[in-house]
Amino acid sequence: MSDDSPVQYMEAINKRYAALGYRPYRWYEAASPPACQALARPVSESRLGVLVTAGTYVAGQVAYFYKDDTSTRAIPKDTPADQLRFAHITENYLEDARRDPNCIFPIEALRAAEAHGEIGELAPELLSCMGGIYSQRRVHDELIPRVEAHFASQQVDLALLIPM
Amino acid sequence: MCLIARHLEARGLPTLCLGSAHDILAAGRPPRSVFVDYPLGHSAGRPLCRDDQRAVLGAALRGFEAIVQPGRILTLDRRWPGDGDWKAAAVNPGRGDTRQPRDTTPRYQTEEARRLAEAAAGTQPLD
Repeated sequence: MSDDSPVQYMEAINKRYAALGYRPYRWYEAASPPACQALARPVSESRLGVLVTAGTYVAGQVAYFYKDDTSTRAIPKDTPADQLRFAHITENYLEDARRDPNCIFPIEALRAAEAHGEIGELAPELLSCMGGIYSQRRVHDELIPRVEAHFASQQVDLALLIPM
Repeated sequence: MCLIARHLEARGLPTLCLGSAHDILAAGRPPRSVFVDYPLGHSAGRPLCRDDQRAVLGAALRGFEAIVQPGRILTLDRRWPGDGDWKAAAVNPGRGDTRQPRDTTPRYQTEEARRLAEAAAGTQPLD
């Protein structure tokens, strides 16, 4: 593989699942182009919401489980990075996040961006959930309404989404 | 995440995905993406490297205004340190993704995290 070509994760994970005897993971493949909204105001004047699918929670909150967990955790934006914890079905990707949560949940960089005026404001609470959910129906019926309600309650202008 | 991004955008909320799996972004076609060619788990930058984390986030924030073509994926101009061996390791069946058995038991990172959560919920410790 050339060093510059991106890793083919879907193929690798399909092979791994087949080798383990798991049901194939149903990758989401969009059949149509996405909508793309115009920004109502510049990023530097916008309130930014954030969702990270790394299974992030704050010490004191309930951790995630591995089987189609569609729950979310609201994470106050002033949470010290060393109070962030992780639980995710792909634990192997969390080794560095457990030394420095900022490499997947960039809470300090977000606070710095707010302090330096790169964004108008960071939403009071950031959001996390766990990805790797087999059922697209449950993503649609359970996870998306929670995410949508959270961003609405936080009155965000933009949503930064960080998949793991 | 692509499914969530497309849904939120269609409902009127502009989104941007900051991700490290180019093929998953390309298949899911979210409205705006910034691709970070780092190992999974580092979409927001290198660990313990504040400058890199600030730069990655800055590129993502600029992407909101820079991307006007729906579905466009911008590639961040930064390389993971080293000779690129991490890419071979990522697809090595003996390494890389090690998915865990699926059940509904909360998986605490530490016993302390379990105790704190149980204390907050007022529950008895689990066996």
